[in-house]
Formats: sequence, structure tokens, C-alpha cells
Amino acid sequence: MDFAFSEEQDELRQGVRTVLDSECAPDALRTFELADRTGRAELARNRWAVLAELGAPALVVPDAADGLGLSDVDLVGVLEEAGRACLPEPLLETAALAAPTLAALLPDPTAAAALRAMVEDDAAFGVGGIDVTAAGIASPTEVTADGTLRTPRVVGARDAAILLLACRDPESGWQLHAVPAASCAARETPALSSSRDLATVQWPLDADTLLAYGVAAEAAVALLADRAAAGTAALLIGLADRMVAMASAYAKERHQFGKPIGSFQAVKHHLADARVALEFARPATYRAAWSLATAQPTLSHDASMAKAMASDAADLAARVALQVHGALGYTWECDLHFFLKRTWALSRAWGDAATHRRLVLAQAGRALPAGPR
Amino acid sequence: MDLTFSAAHEDFRAEARAWLEAHVPPGPLPSLDTAAGFEAHRRWERTMFNDRWSVVSWPAAYGGRDVGIFEWLVFEEEYYRARAPVRVSQNGIFLLAPTMLEYGTDAQKARFLPPMASGDEIWCQGWSEPDAGSDLAGIRSRAARNAAGDGWVLNGQKTWASRGAFAEWCFGIFRTDPEAERHRGLTYFLVAMDSPGVTVRPIPQIDGETGFAEIFFDNVEVPDDQVLGEVGAGWSVAMATAGSERGLSLRSPARYTEAADRLLALFEGRGGPPASADAVAQAHMQAEAYRLHTYWTATKVSRGDAVGPEASCNKIFWSETDVAIHTAALDLLGADAELLDAGAPGQWLDGYLFSLAGPIYAGTNEIQRNVVAERLLGLPRG
Repeated sequence: MDFAFSEEQDELRQGVRTVLDSECAPDALRTFELADRTGRAELARNRWAVLAELGAPALVVPDAADGLGLSDVDLVGVLEEAGRACLPEPLLETAALAAPTLAALLPDPTAAAALRAMVEDDAAFGVGGIDVTAAGIASPTEVTADGTLRTPRVVGARDAAILLLACRDPESGWQLHAVPAASCAARETPALSSSRDLATVQWPLDADTLLAYGVAAEAAVALLADRAAAGTAALLIGLADRMVAMASAYAKERHQFGKPIGSFQAVKHHLADARVALEFARPATYRAAWSLATAQPTLSHDASMAKAMASDAADLAARVALQVHGALGYTWECDLHFFLKRTWALSRAWGDAATHRRLVLAQAGRALPAGPR
Repeated sequence: MDLTFSAAHEDFRAEARAWLEAHVPPGPLPSLDTAAGFEAHRRWERTMFNDRWSVVSWPAAYGGRDVGIFEWLVFEEEYYRARAPVRVSQNGIFLLAPTMLEYGTDAQKARFLPPMASGDEIWCQGWSEPDAGSDLAGIRSRAARNAAGDGWVLNGQKTWASRGAFAEWCFGIFRTDPEAERHRGLTYFLVAMDSPGVTVRPIPQIDGETGFAEIFFDNVEVPDDQVLGEVGAGWSVAMATAGSERGLSLRSPARYTEAADRLLALFEGRGGPPASADAVAQAHMQAEAYRLHTYWTATKVSRGDAVGPEASCNKIFWSETDVAIHTAALDLLGADAELLDAGAPGQWLDGYLFSLAGPIYAGTNEIQRNVVAERLLGLPRG
């Protein structure tokens, strides 16, 4: 039993934090949100290049495919930092979803080519076509009148060179494709968190882009959904940490009745509740990363538990942080709204807390450790 | 990172499991809060002690096995899995002992730890007073030097002392310097309950049983060698005990994962009503999260690192988790929940009542939230 990160893992996380503190500070987020499409694309490209230089996108790509050959346990701290910084670019989609999904399909030539683009050309990936429901995974991808497919809420389409897209036919089952962005028509979908990159994507069904179909595709998509739940939990933990820190700092500065508002118990107890929720969501999130890295039979339960707890912790942190900031927190001028909006989006993305509680319950009997049973 | 137990830990688990299977009394013992039940629980402590299972993490010299924190957690998992009796010695072995191992003299350890481990001497806690609960530093019970100058004379009143009705010994905090700042003039005493001048008045609890007691001290003589730590340092010694109470040792996660497992079985046995699903899942996750958090903290401890102020989150979380588990169970039982018969409903009801004490004892959760806000988040004191 050794439930801790190694020194190397701590250093990697710290390195990413240092870079994001300068590349993705709140002022950079403000500039990004105020920029036009061309401006955003350029800002995103520059920031992605810095992350690629750190090796972040290809962290879990195997050595044999020229990646760094690291694991989900190495990645989880990096994702937490991406959440903490409210990073607009698709690091989760590229590093935590596309990379391991493609690597598991090697030596498939389509997967190999897509991974090569990630490693050699710093290609970013978008992901779409998979919804998580209490009954399991479903695909929102529809067939249009002209025979092409349409997938709503694809994440990362703006910056991506390649889109990992899934569809499900009631008779033939699941298909998973790696589609070059150039062959898709992406229409940006305005969203609450304007730095979050969502699009409706129209794409051709083409045998050349097929990664897997039928049972293999279903397994790949189910695992991808678990990875998404676990990875999004890490982003949410980072967001919650940031919001609790921001609100605590503000509660020390802001004076009313001649005292810092943080000296009042009503304020203290709100913040303490948020801090406690974060404290216990965190090990659940790290455990999910370990279960993914070591392919535990409980990984689906563990990922759902992480997502349920992290969603609730981050939602609570958002609610408390806004309340503590008062009217100032309700303004666009205050940095807080970037983190609030990302939280509100991610707490529901890839299955909200209630959905994941149902998934946890469905697997709870099997999830208990072998020992104590 | 590795979340599996080593082969050595699993061997230890197998040994503990085999011993417990062979020795745990069948069926529940009579209530701890009756004279007969107290003695039955004391005999169980002796049975464990005889085979060195009562205090596995203690030094062998005092009756333990000198094993590490993970073995202790494994033992606790097996203990709850075996549905073994409530530990009548818990105030002593889980709270006083860690403090005594840190602050006690060798003579005190040799005198007090073995009978504590065997159940021959059961300890209660003399902290709260009628006017000093959450505001513990406001205690007024006092100790003054005796006429001969070789000991202390205690006067005052303690209250809500769990197991106080039947315990042989009491560890308590008394004011030794009325002139000093309120946190500084306190001293930590070890007092025999049969000392002349000690009067115990049992207090019936919400369930009608006498779980705790008032203790009156009327010129009680206590020798110098029954002071734990320095005279005047009682507050910091007490905070070490409070750290154990709120941190790792009082409530091991197995208690909650075992209850959450029973809740899951109850849920499935009742056909999995959808209205309860959310609460059952939440209770299961909280118990599991507490277990994971404990492994996280125990990894630090096993490396010799400090537990850190994060431990102040624990008590809020385990107490709320216990309430969540038992509330979900009563909701599942519906109209049966109020039945006091000895079967499953009665057990859940007992557990529910006890769970509601959790946010109050060991420092109310409101005090804990202040601690989290001030020590972890750096907010100013009110």
C-alpha cells in the first residue's frame, strides 16, 4: 500500500503549474474570451505549443509509439492543474482520451497514423458522439438527410486536427472513427463558458477513418467514457481547489463591520464545507487514475465514484465561492466567473453526479475490495 | 502509487480473520451501558489481550504486536467484518494511549498501558463541564497543591463522560493556575475513580441507557506521578488526544464501510427501491472515500511525515457519513424504522441514534469547521 505520488510525479505537476500560471493566468483567459476567432486560434496554438513542449499531450502514448510512456497516475496531476488554470485547450480530450484509446488499438494503421500526428505534429484532438446516462453509454450522433453524420457538443473541434467520433446504429452497433478535421464541417456552438470549445460536427462515414466497430468499438467507447469521467473529475478537483483558494483569499481582504468577512462563522463554515468536500473527492479521483493505469476490474465503478464526488465538490465550491465574493463575484470584471462557468459545464459533462451515483450503485457490490469481503 | 496490500499485510489479515472467526462471541453481547454488559465487554477485551489482538499497533512490551499503521487498518477491517463487540476500552486504547506514548513517563506507561489493553482498567474521559463544552478552555474544575506538597487536590465537576458510570480510571483536565491565560493554566491528570471524594452520577441518554455520567470531585487527592505531561501544559497534551479523536485512531474507516455494506444489502433485500438509490449510493461512496483518504494519510504516517492540518476535515466527514448511512437505512425501512425489536430495524435505529451523537462528541462539527477554516484556509479568528 503506497497511496502517494512519486517525486517525479510531483515535479511534473509543478512544472505544468508553473507554465500555466504564466500562459493561462486570468488575464490570458480574459484576452482569449475577448478575441475574435482568428485571434483565439492563434492564442490556442501558442499555448498548445508550450504544452506540447512539456510533453503533456503525449504523456501516456507508449514508448514504442514515440510517446513518453507514462501512465494515468502521472497524468492525473497534470489534468488537475489544467482544471485549476481553466485551460481552454483540449488537453483532456487529447492526452487522457484520444491517446490511450488509440494506443490500445495499435497496430491498427488508422490509430497509428493518428498517434503519429499527435506525437510528431503536436496534433490536438476533439472527442464527441458519446453520452453517459444512468443506463450506460449512448450516442447522440444522428444520420442526416444526405447520409453524413451529425454529432452535437463535440469538445475541442476548434483546435483539433483530428476528431475522435463515435456513432451507434441500432442494428450494427458502435463505430469509432478518427476523422481529420479538414473533412468535417464544424459549426461552433455558443456555450456558457465561452472559452470552452463546443461544436456541432457534420462528418462523412468513411471506411478509411474507422478505428473499431461492433463489440470492439463498444468496449473502446465504454472505456473512453470511464476515462472521461475520471479525467473530468481531475479537472473539477483543480477547479474546486482554485475557487476555494480564491474565496478564502477574498474573505481575508474584504472587510465589513470593521473586520475581515472571513472572521465570521457563517462565512467560515461555508468555506470549510467546500474544503471538506474537496478533501475527500481528491483521493477518490487519484484512486480512479490508479485503477485506469492498472486496469483494475473496478475501474468503471471507481471512475464513476470520482466523477460523482468531484462534480458535487466543485459545484459546492462554485456556489460558496460566488456567495463569499458577493456582488463582486457576480461581475465579469472579477476573475471568478471563468472558473464558475467551467465548473457548471464540467460537473454535468460525461454524466452528472446523480447519473454517476446510479452507475456506482449498479456496480457497488463488485467494487468492494477482495480483502474485507 | 500502489493501492494493493502487500503479501505480508494479507498474511496478517488472514491470521486476524482466522482468530476472530474462532473467538468472536456469537450474537451481540448485552448492552455496554448496563453493569452486566460492561463486564461481558470487559471479558472480551481480556480474550483479545490474551492472544495479543487487543492493541496490535502498540509496542510488544505493553501487550501489542509492534505492527504498523496499515496492519492496524487491516485488523480493523477484519474486526468490523467479523461483527465483533464494541470496544469498551476505546477511550483508553484509542485516545489516552497515543497521548501517553508521546507524553508519559516510562513508569506511567508500564503502570497504565498493560491493564488498559487487557480491559482490567477501563478509562473514561473527564473533559467537558456543565459550562465548558465547545469552549473547552473555559473549564473551572481545579487542582491545587496538597498540604504535604507531594500531590494535588482536585475539586469540581465533569460531565458527559462516556463509560463514566463503570470505568475504573478517568483522564481529565484541571485548572492548576487560575491566574494564567486560560489555555496555559491547565494540567492533564490521571485519576482513579475509587479515590475518596469522587462521586459518579450516571446520566440516562436519549435511548434511556446510562451511557455517560457526571463526575464530582470533592477534595480528591492525586499524587504527582499521575500528572501526564508537564504541569501547566494540559492544553497541548489534550490537543494531542483531540488529534487522535478527530484524526486517525478513534474511528477507523472499516466501521463505515461495514455499515455501508449492510446498507447495500438492506437496499437489495428491499428490491432496490429507486427513491432510495441516490442516498444509498452516496452513503457507500462516502464510506469508501473515507477509507481511501485514510490510506492516503496512513501512507504519510508510514513514511514518518506529519499528518498535517488536513486531518481536521476527518471528524466532520466520518460523523456526517455515519448519519448519512443510518438515515438512508431508516428511509429504506420506512414505517418499520421505529420498531425497537432486536432484529434489523432495531439495530439500524440504535445505530441512527448513536450516529447523531457523532457531530456533537469529540468537538462539535461547528468547532471543527472553525478549525478547518482557520488552520487549512488561513481565515482570521473571530
